[in-house]
Amino acid sequence: MVTYNQMVVGSEESKTDDAFHALADPTRRDILRRAGGDAPSVSRLADAYPMSFAAVQKHVAVLERAGLVTKRRRGREQLVEAAPEGLADARRALEDLEEIWRGRVERMSELLAPDSEQDERKP
Amino acid sequence: MSVASVESDLDNLTLTVIADFDAPVEAVWELWADPQKLGLWWGPPNYSTTFEPYEMSVGAEMAHVFAGPNGEAEHGVWRIEAVDPPRSLELSDADVDDDGKPNDDFALTGIAMELSETDGGTRMTVRSMFFSRDGMEAMAEGFAEGLRLSLSRMDALLAEPASSAS
Repeated sequence: MVTYNQMVVGSEESKTDDAFHALADPTRRDILRRAGGDAPSVSRLADAYPMSFAAVQKHVAVLERAGLVTKRRRGREQLVEAAPEGLADARRALEDLEEIWRGRVERMSELLAPDSEQDERKP
Repeated sequence: MSVASVESDLDNLTLTVIADFDAPVEAVWELWADPQKLGLWWGPPNYSTTFEPYEMSVGAEMAHVFAGPNGEAEHGVWRIEAVDPPRSLELSDADVDDDGKPNDDFALTGIAMELSETDGGTRMTVRSMFFSRDGMEAMAEGFAEGLRLSLSRMDALLAEPASSAS
């Protein structure tokens, strides 16, 4: 089983990429934190930031595309709710990366061991 | 010769790995600087990883291929963003298509590696940062700044007097 992100193909990968892109912005992280509370409306979120309603709506759309939030209609309002599975994907990718690095460090140690002066390892 | 700590920071999409080796700084640096040696530890154990020859200079690209047990091959290219032998190295990691050309909307990860001397060995700190290309362009300024910040944080982590090696 290969867990390297370069080797995961298809929509799984683009979903995780979307999640990382979405999380790379501090405003979106803040929106996500608020959405994890009591499902604020888009207009209430817009009041919280020094930016236009449209700009906030755009941030919410990026989060939605990444599977990090869902939108729900209540009357004339659009409520934003956190979708924990999306965040779990990002967390899992970091965990995978940790496993990868543990393996790498182990192989580096082997190569650096004084009794293994080999330049090439046999397959 | 072990992983000293792993810190996962979901807010900043960063994984920091600190490892200690019973070997001089130059020997650990060689594992990154020598394409042949790099190929021996970078890829997964069941893959054969080959790096094309590269120069350790800013802007240089490090093309590599992972050959899988069933004949499949995955290509990758790193770009050297900063290098200070034998102390530190910063790379960005790009997905490429079958012709080896970088995809336009590839996902990108950044790697910042630093080595320091410890009592009888070397401490390696590697920060892996995730960001998409879109995200990077949107915060073009922030990217370089982020790397600088991460390096100064590394400096703080590795705040031992740097004695010069022979």
